[in-house]
Amino acid sequence: MKNEKNPPLDRVDGRMKVTGGAKYFADFAIPNMTYCVIVGSTIARGTITSVDTKKAQGAPGVLGVFTHQNMPPIPGWDGPASKQADGPPPKPDTEEKYRILSSPKILFDGQPIAMVVADTFERATYAASLVKATYSKQTTRTDLEKHKKDEITPRGGDYARGDAKAFESAPVQLESEYTIPIEVHNPMELHGIIAHWTGADQLMVYAKTQGVNSTQQAMAQAFKLDPKNIHVHTEFMGGGFGMGLRTWPQETATVAIAKKVGRPVKLVMHRSQMFTMVGHRPYTAQSIQMGADKNGKLVSIHHAATAETAKYEDFTEATVNMTKFMYDCPNVSTRYRLVRLDRSVPIWMRGPGEATGAFALESAMDEMAHKLNMDPIEFRLKNYSETDPEHNRPYSSKHLKEAYERGAEAIGWKDRKNEPGKSKEDNWLAGYGMSTGVFNAFRWEASARVVLNADGSLVVQSAVTDIGPGTGTALTMIAHNVLDIPFERIKVEYGDTSLPKAPSQGGSAIVSAVGSAVFDTCTKIKNDLFELATKAGAPLAGSKAADLSIENGNVFISNDSSKKVAITELLKANNLPSIAQTADSKGSAELEKYSMYSFSVHFVKVKVNALTGAVRVTKAVSVADSGRIVSPKTAASQMIGGVTGGIGMALTEEAIIDHRYGRFVNNNFADYHVAVHADVPAIETIFIDKPDPIINPMGAKGMGEIALIGFSAAVANAVFNATGKRIRQLPITPDKVMQEA
Amino acid sequence: MNPFQFTRANTPQAAVLAVSKESGAYFLAGGTNLIDLVKREVVIPERLVDINRLPLATIEETASGIRIGAMAKNSAVADHPLIKKHLPLLSMALNAGASAQLRNMATVGGNMMQRTRCPYFYDHSMPCNKRGPVQSGPSKGQPNGPAGCGAIGGVNRMHAIFGTSEKCIAVHPSDMCIALAALDATVNVTGPKGNRSIHFAEFHRLPGDAPQKDNTLLPGELILSVDIPKNELGKYAHYLKVRDRTSYAFALVSVGVAADMKGKTIQDIRLAMGGVAHKPWRLKEAERYLKGKEATLENFKQAATLAMQGAKGYGENDFKLTLAPNSIIEALQIATQTV
Repeated sequence: MKNEKNPPLDRVDGRMKVTGGAKYFADFAIPNMTYCVIVGSTIARGTITSVDTKKAQGAPGVLGVFTHQNMPPIPGWDGPASKQADGPPPKPDTEEKYRILSSPKILFDGQPIAMVVADTFERATYAASLVKATYSKQTTRTDLEKHKKDEITPRGGDYARGDAKAFESAPVQLESEYTIPIEVHNPMELHGIIAHWTGADQLMVYAKTQGVNSTQQAMAQAFKLDPKNIHVHTEFMGGGFGMGLRTWPQETATVAIAKKVGRPVKLVMHRSQMFTMVGHRPYTAQSIQMGADKNGKLVSIHHAATAETAKYEDFTEATVNMTKFMYDCPNVSTRYRLVRLDRSVPIWMRGPGEATGAFALESAMDEMAHKLNMDPIEFRLKNYSETDPEHNRPYSSKHLKEAYERGAEAIGWKDRKNEPGKSKEDNWLAGYGMSTGVFNAFRWEASARVVLNADGSLVVQSAVTDIGPGTGTALTMIAHNVLDIPFERIKVEYGDTSLPKAPSQGGSAIVSAVGSAVFDTCTKIKNDLFELATKAGAPLAGSKAADLSIENGNVFISNDSSKKVAITELLKANNLPSIAQTADSKGSAELEKYSMYSFSVHFVKVKVNALTGAVRVTKAVSVADSGRIVSPKTAASQMIGGVTGGIGMALTEEAIIDHRYGRFVNNNFADYHVAVHADVPAIETIFIDKPDPIINPMGAKGMGEIALIGFSAAVANAVFNATGKRIRQLPITPDKVMQEA
Repeated sequence: MNPFQFTRANTPQAAVLAVSKESGAYFLAGGTNLIDLVKREVVIPERLVDINRLPLATIEETASGIRIGAMAKNSAVADHPLIKKHLPLLSMALNAGASAQLRNMATVGGNMMQRTRCPYFYDHSMPCNKRGPVQSGPSKGQPNGPAGCGAIGGVNRMHAIFGTSEKCIAVHPSDMCIALAALDATVNVTGPKGNRSIHFAEFHRLPGDAPQKDNTLLPGELILSVDIPKNELGKYAHYLKVRDRTSYAFALVSVGVAADMKGKTIQDIRLAMGGVAHKPWRLKEAERYLKGKEATLENFKQAATLAMQGAKGYGENDFKLTLAPNSIIEALQIATQTV
């Protein structure tokens, strides 16, 4: 692979996406299709005492109304849960068990109480409105703040190094509490599935899933089928952000219902149902105790988090993990607890727990820097961890210092006044803030197949789904880097279980995992070509493979490019219509000697209206230290998307529950505020773009999560710098910021 | 969505007749709110009478002012040269509302008729006094969800601080109407009993004991147009909308200001507030106080204090007791160009 920066390549599927050529799950039309609509519970805890489906059953076009009284069985759900397949395997020690439409018990707001199937979507919707239920309500517990005392300790336990009492004697002390609200992924595309039984034991599924292989496994388990009999197709997703990382019960139920009605069934959920049935970022309360000496050297950090989960399943995430290794601090402890509430189960949402934890840690770092009267970057550099203090091993690569420098330069950090409330612009208060983000850089196992055709074109295949970051573009670039085939002659086929196995698109891991598989497979093809070129009688016979290169469609001797042979000639001479290779790729044991992380630094400039409390982000600069950037254009877009999500997290996003009823009151796009264009300034993205020498052959680390992790703290820190007001509860809405006139 | 009849009216008289002759019939203009209400089954119509073909979209200068047809689209009004020149406050208020797509569909009449965005109103599993009995469909005659006010003692961050009742603390969501209230508009309507005009201040009503009634229109009455007097108040105008995101969000508090200035002196002024009451909230006391006074921060503060008399918070919206006067001051400073 050439050790130079990659050129900017337009999104290879961009034209298809903007012209309607890209097919999303709901776009697939199957003859004889039927439509399913879910009726949700209007209480959050209790029991269904009656459910009247008579009117619905008699409504025009209705083919079936399924409730807990007549739901077809899902045979595999009560078997042992395998690691891959998550239908709903309840964790063994939870209090309740949730099986969709299997009992009159209600465990959360919006829980499906009926699924109605009709010959059109409109008729199913109307019939669903005719299903009437009565309930015996029980007291609802949905407010984490009120039920913190009921916390449980999930698996994983607490962490501590050094002296637990170091804080008490630290010369400078900080104790702060932070909360983040419930956030909902709310991708543009609605969630759902098309279930089509093409034979008695043959299932075709078009799903909104971040991993076709994991959906295939989940369905195989649920219906006790050989995975080979299940075909799952999800080439594109209209945004996932984590909600498609498992197969949700209503998807499996749709498959069971399709079998019962004997026709293909399409389920497209309502926006309001995406607040209760496909996960969310959990409400989390955190506290930080931080001690430092007068020179700004950290003495101790204690980071505690308490998050909500469902009664029927414990969901955990890495909320406090960043604190364990981010800074060079001798005494560190973390504590992580859950409270089981009458709520549906959360799931990872972009930058999962780390984004939650980084809000607390990076706000606290800013608070401490202020106490010490130090520049926040200087304070971080003073406590920079050169090696991972949690695992006592080196980082595979870390260029965070350079990221601080370049970001500071780009935002104009030198204009920042360390004393808050001292800058004005257009009669608004102005301020600067920054923060750090970090996320594991993974190297998962994946496989790929690559076919080189005699005409010189290349096909790259992997089951991986594109959830939007530009997977096809990145894989094109990697194949190009190895074989130097022109971009327009490379075709990537993906998102289908008939293709080589790949992990789910998540954890910022796909370029590393699937990219490595593509790299390795292309390398095999290159070696095949070198062999063909050097075998007896071939144009470069007698040369060693190690002395060859490939460029512009030719294999040539590296130090004498006049001795060359065209790839197309090689295949033709050998009567080969194509060369195909498949490879599995995973990291070696060597990787375990290193801590592998991607790092980011976010800088923002805000202006704040002191009277109205309105906050505007006027400039944002995000710097990623995520190894070699495979595809600069789509990487920048991904970063811009993450920052936009970060602005939402910082300023606008909050799903609000009326705890008297346990029900959401803003479960729609008008009242749940994702950031709109007017909230988002021009975002500058900077890539350090230095290859990681350890993680994979491309030297690329992930960057989907770090684009968002830490961003909300940068905004909160900037609001403090502008106003002197420290907002520790997200989102930072005007009411929290405004001051007495 | 329940099945309903659909009629297209070609004249205002035909529209009025179609809506008057049966209960459960509604005029359908841009549909940007009504269709939501139908989908959510807050409104279950027997019949929708499409009035989009009525010739009521004209914006014109009259002897005394400007007349805007009820079917003029919000975006067309906001961008119209007459409106931008003479009624900049109205243009600003319209552009502060909704999204570009909604403004392209929503009409002036429909904007006035839109229902509150109080979440309890839209969720019939929760109490609300604004919903009447179901007008049609299989549940006809039954109460449309439980009675009571969910917002009192509930999630009421967006709710009213003025003119509330024990039955309802919802707010009127319109931005346009704040400007029309400030600008002393008159609403021209036609109905089964003929034509009449309603002063804008009397068009919307406070909840009292009948929160299901948003306005004073009689059954079957159709809005034809809105008249706005032309005067010198256009020069110093500002619509300030404080909200949870920069665009496409309802107001926490909004303030409309239109003033006539001579030097630093306020010759005349109109002030109205949104996001604080069941109707556009005109600030007459503050207007009286400011008339003839200098545009100074001290005077603005005093006006804001006067404007806030009688305000009452309900817990989560207590911040409005501070945000509202702050916003009045901010809007006055911007409108009078004293910042």
